Amino acid sequence: MFSLDLLQDALVSGVLLGCFYAAVSLGLSLSFGLLDVPNVAHPAFLVMASYGVFYLNDKFGVDPLLAGLLITPLLFVFGLVAYRLYYETFEKRGSDAGVRGIAFFFGIAFIIEVLLILQFGVDQQSVTASYIGKAWRIAGMRIPYRLLVAFAVAAGLTILLTLYLSKTFMGRAIRAVAQDQEALRLMGADPIRIKQWAFGISTAVLGISGALLIIVAPVNPTLDRSYIGRTFCVVVMAGLGSMSGTLVTAIILGVVEAVVLTMFGASWAPAISFAMLLGVLAVRPQGLFGRRS
Amino acid sequence: MNRGGTTFWIGAILFLAAAFAMTQLIGNQYPFFACYVILQFIVLAIAWNVLGGYAGYVNFGTSAFFGVGVYTAVFLFKSIGAPLVVQIAAAAIVGALMGFALGLLTLRMQGIFFSIATIALTIVIETAITNWRYVGGAAGIQMQQPAPMAPFTSYVQMLFFVQALLVVLAVAISRYIQNSWIGRGLQALKDDELAAECTGVPTLRLKLLACVISGALMCAAGAPAAMYLQYADPSSAFNLNYSVSVLAMSLIGGTAHWAGPIIGAILLGATQQLLTVTISSEVNVLILGVMLVLFVVGAPEGIIGLIRKARGNRGEGEA
Repeated sequence: MFSLDLLQDALVSGVLLGCFYAAVSLGLSLSFGLLDVPNVAHPAFLVMASYGVFYLNDKFGVDPLLAGLLITPLLFVFGLVAYRLYYETFEKRGSDAGVRGIAFFFGIAFIIEVLLILQFGVDQQSVTASYIGKAWRIAGMRIPYRLLVAFAVAAGLTILLTLYLSKTFMGRAIRAVAQDQEALRLMGADPIRIKQWAFGISTAVLGISGALLIIVAPVNPTLDRSYIGRTFCVVVMAGLGSMSGTLVTAIILGVVEAVVLTMFGASWAPAISFAMLLGVLAVRPQGLFGRRS
Repeated sequence: MNRGGTTFWIGAILFLAAAFAMTQLIGNQYPFFACYVILQFIVLAIAWNVLGGYAGYVNFGTSAFFGVGVYTAVFLFKSIGAPLVVQIAAAAIVGALMGFALGLLTLRMQGIFFSIATIALTIVIETAITNWRYVGGAAGIQMQQPAPMAPFTSYVQMLFFVQALLVVLAVAISRYIQNSWIGRGLQALKDDELAAECTGVPTLRLKLLACVISGALMCAAGAPAAMYLQYADPSSAFNLNYSVSVLAMSLIGGTAHWAGPIIGAILLGATQQLLTVTISSEVNVLILGVMLVLFVVGAPEGIIGLIRKARGNRGEGEA
């Protein structure tokens, strides 16, 4: 069953979905792409943020996006603490951070998963807002408003982060620390504080990303597992922690997923991001990274 | 070395005798199941350690190998009614081929990129099996256990003993690797791959060898699982919990010595079985996460490392 109409649908929803994927990957692009922290718990943090949004929406009727903003400071502090813990136990000791670092973050991801199950149960949870459930009809297509909201917010978030990294003092410092930590130290700056700040931002962004996650579709505690593939696929393909690169590769992933979904059915969906990731990894050893020779 | 070898083989024979006695003496099915799961984890953890511990390549795809083992057995049983030995041997061969492919990946990627690639491999294979109707697809497949062989009165007992045999085989292999030039070569490439290559260590051949052995053992361990449960489905056969449990067991026990994964598998496996029965399976995942974080942070060399440290403090430098 293949037609131009279907392809057009798939392309449009793929672009929208891709922007949403960019929004949930931006934080990882900072922490893994720029700081080299093997943060496999990023999707778990994301789902945790979604549950924070769900809680505020369910208990107090706060709008999901506003709720996302409200929990942002909390997530920022959470990120600061998490990085400090990671730094003290791994980066400071030096050797073998890779193996144990990944294991550490996997452990944290599992702990978050179970705590969410114990607190909220294994069922799907969703939020309510005026723009959820309605759709915009244009040129014979039906575009759900929730995807449009995700699209707009994701685009805004990407632009904001790009500006932050290129225009502000702290943003430039973050990019500097990614390039050469030692040089920064020699110039009298404290690279660890800058990295901690950057990691804090990478989790703070999750407030809005988490809100989008639960706006786009219902959330359950083990959802993070399917987002490991998507987020890492986007970040590795984008390379260098470039925010605009993240947006572009996320849109590619979204379109490919949507097209495959239309042509072969939903049961193949989980493999797409991982297969693309495998392909990228096999062709370019460090992804599309240029900075490690 | 030779005397140690004799002790080791006597220990192995005693272990097998105990496993056999257990199949004959204990009537209740549950302790069997708990012990079977622990035996299975011992094989998986040892297999993981050959690549992850000795060579330093962190494989998050244990469940990919395990699941492929399960489904190789399912496929052979359904299509030609192959006996258990054939199922396990075929699984080991498939696992070796998969390991070889994985080994080729190490040419292009290291560190976290290798780990992410192994997760990716797991999901891709799981999705393929989910879409393969012949072996049951997403809904899973049920199987009838055939009649057991001579000394065993039930098929479950026979599988239990077979898994015990696999444990002995795995331990013997990993012990041999550790004490031979292979282990020393792997150690060298773990410390510094470039330096090892430059001093003439055949790093690629060693990595391929480690991947092949590790993969074959993991698949072999998975083969009897479907017959034990009389059921297989993709989402439990390829569950990420296997990968993380096995990694946790090796890290908790200590990766530097062949005994480490065994200690870790027994400790964590027994705790998990106990908690699943007494409290819930969620708590068992929580314990897995907590223990993983605690050990990685507090005792990076695992229990083996702690023992060595304690000995060192008493002034016996020997390890």
